[in-house]
Amino acid sequence: MSYCVSTKRMDEILKALQKDYKIYAPVRFEKRGRYSDTDLIRYAEINSIEDVVYDEKSHFSPKEVIYPITQALFYFTEDEYRESKVDDKKILIFARACDINGFRRLDTIFLKNGGVEDIYYKRLREKVKFILMECKEGWDSCFCVSMGSNKTDNYSLAVRFDGDNILVEVKDHEFINLFANEKEVEFTPQFVTSNPTKVNIPEIDSQELLEKIYNLEMWESYNSRCISCGACSAVCITCSCFNTLDIIYTENGRVGERRRVQTSCMHEDFTTMAGGWSFRKTAGERMRFRTLHKIYDYKLRFKEEHMCVGCGRCEERCPKLISFSSTINRLYDEVEKLKKGEVSRTREQASSTEEGK
Amino acid sequence: MSENIMLPHPYKIIDIIPETEDVYTFRVETNAKVKSGQFFQVSIPKIGEAPISVSCMGENWIELTIRKVGKLTNEIFNLKPGDKIFMRGPYGNSFPIEEFKSKHLVVIAGGTGVAPVRSLLKYFYENPNEIKSLHFIAGFRDEKNILFKEDLKNFRTRFNTIYTLDRDKIEGFEVGLVTEHIKKIPFDSFEDYNVVIVGPHVMMHFAALECLKNGVNEEKIWVSFERRMSCGVGKCGHCKINEVYVCLEGPVFNYTKAKNLLD
Ligand SMILES: Cc1cc2nc3c(=O)[nH]c(=O)nc-3n(C[C@H](O)[C@H](O)[C@H](O)COP(=O)(O)OP(=O)(O)OC[C@H]3O[C@@H](n4cnc5c(N)ncnc54)[C@H](O)[C@@H]3O)c2cc1C
Ligand code: SF4
Ligand code: SF4
Ligand code: FES
Repeated sequence: MSYCVSTKRMDEILKALQKDYKIYAPVRFEKRGRYSDTDLIRYAEINSIEDVVYDEKSHFSPKEVIYPITQALFYFTEDEYRESKVDDKKILIFARACDINGFRRLDTIFLKNGGVEDIYYKRLREKVKFILMECKEGWDSCFCVSMGSNKTDNYSLAVRFDGDNILVEVKDHEFINLFANEKEVEFTPQFVTSNPTKVNIPEIDSQELLEKIYNLEMWESYNSRCISCGACSAVCITCSCFNTLDIIYTENGRVGERRRVQTSCMHEDFTTMAGGWSFRKTAGERMRFRTLHKIYDYKLRFKEEHMCVGCGRCEERCPKLISFSSTINRLYDEVEKLKKGEVSRTREQASSTEEGK
Repeated sequence: MSENIMLPHPYKIIDIIPETEDVYTFRVETNAKVKSGQFFQVSIPKIGEAPISVSCMGENWIELTIRKVGKLTNEIFNLKPGDKIFMRGPYGNSFPIEEFKSKHLVVIAGGTGVAPVRSLLKYFYENPNEIKSLHFIAGFRDEKNILFKEDLKNFRTRFNTIYTLDRDKIEGFEVGLVTEHIKKIPFDSFEDYNVVIVGPHVMMHFAALECLKNGVNEEKIWVSFERRMSCGVGKCGHCKINEVYVCLEGPVFNYTKAKNLLD
């Protein structure tokens, strides 16, 4: 069932929902952007429908709502520990198709990988229902269509902001009564079917090819460009890696907590072991790891889909303007060359010509 | 509510055995069922957590042999018998002991790499009839860094042992890296055998190549990987190589798989 409601009425409905739900949406933080006089748009709890930024893409993903940047796992006192608690309230998230699909990737890691569930993720995830925000035509950096994540039916409500009115599809029976007195209309959310940015995913079908890909010279170009800041992972709806960190609250060190803190495989110390040995030492090697994780080996492991959903936030956030879609396309071209047996420069060849100079 | 996999539990330390200046073995009371090659996430609340292999297990205890290298391990070295240490696990797969039975076994270990294979060696030391022969090459940097002296002495009596130090010359020890001694193993005379290699990354790499050079079939080689790990249960992402999570599908890998894992 779909309805047309005024913004004012929608606000009342949200107020009613707030009894049971915390409601999150992309919100504008004025002048908090990366450059002077720019705003930051990130997820936060809203109190009014007018808080929702629906005509711009949020800079950060909604993953923080249930997978916070930093989160207490448990608290220690002298010789006991207590699991951290969460709010009893349920959660409603205004999200776009790509992000809703992104949550499925997080579910795969936190709830399925290794056959065990992570309760910190689960206890929040179970509370979540989505309000799909329709995308008009997407943005320049979006490539959800190439990744097949432009559509979803995993939502309770879907909304289209239309001047002073909001069109709402109510898919979840729980919410039907709230709209009982509203005007029924024909509305089903439309999904974008084409993005200005398109990617070709290389088909990697043999270990030999994979080895050649590892040795492509293209990765080296990131050594000087990428500064290993991890900003791309911070904004990625599908990046899930974390460190654990113990902290003490007081001088005497009697009370403290173990925290989980999001991290990134792009950070220099991500694989550092005792003795300082690390496995991916250069920015290029880490870029290769991230790229293949997002468009090759996640799918190899879990079968269903690639990890990347094409939200394009990583390239918008990168201080060095590294575009992930271009990286994928560049890799595709290199792989095509390798498959045709054309000479593609490998690391070895590159370094031998270096030496030959 | 499902079980909280991130939550460690306290266990009592019942003994501490110094092996070297910076490597101690901690015997911990637990009735956890552990297989050779598995590890625990070991922690001290308010300090931190790290993966540590089980180096030996008995009825109601396990042993952890720990090198003092950083935040957590420094603090563990301040613990006394009777103190509590926190653990969750055991995690990871194990050495395929059943597959090793009734065949020849070659174990090549370097430095702290001896810890994860110690329980495997002890098993065949206690059950020598379950194996055709056991060749054990153990390498340490120098005299100061020799681990498990008592065990090494015992192993000499039932296994074919080659103990070596990188440089130092002392009685009972050869000189040189473990790789230099692999050619002494009579692979030609074995009809069926397995090779276990555990040690620092570079050592495992070159030891495996040396074995291949000596005619060893790559399916017969087993290695144990070390990676940075923050969870041990496939969530934190640190140990991932390609599509494989070392904490889940490892740390023990057959070389046919291990050689294809590209970091
Ligand atoms: C499966 C497995 C089994 C293991 N078994 C054992 C075992 O049986 N015995 C054992 O002693 N160890 C074992 N380890 C290794 C052990 O987990 C590490 O040594 C661990 O780091 C020790 O933790 P820590 O907090 O004391 O050291 P940390 O404080 O983590 O520091 C350890 C060292 O790592 C380096 N390091 C850490 N963080 C950084 C950084 N950000 N940048 C640069 N360098 C850094 C430093 O060189 C430092 O000295 C095992 C590891 C794995 C994966
Ligand atoms: S990638 Fe862009 S167009 Fe596609 S669903 Fe996400 S925000 Fe909308
Ligand atoms: S945001 Fe850009 S510079 Fe930073 S780690 Fe990612 S790719 Fe590198
Ligand atoms: S140690 Fe966390 S995923 Fe393997």
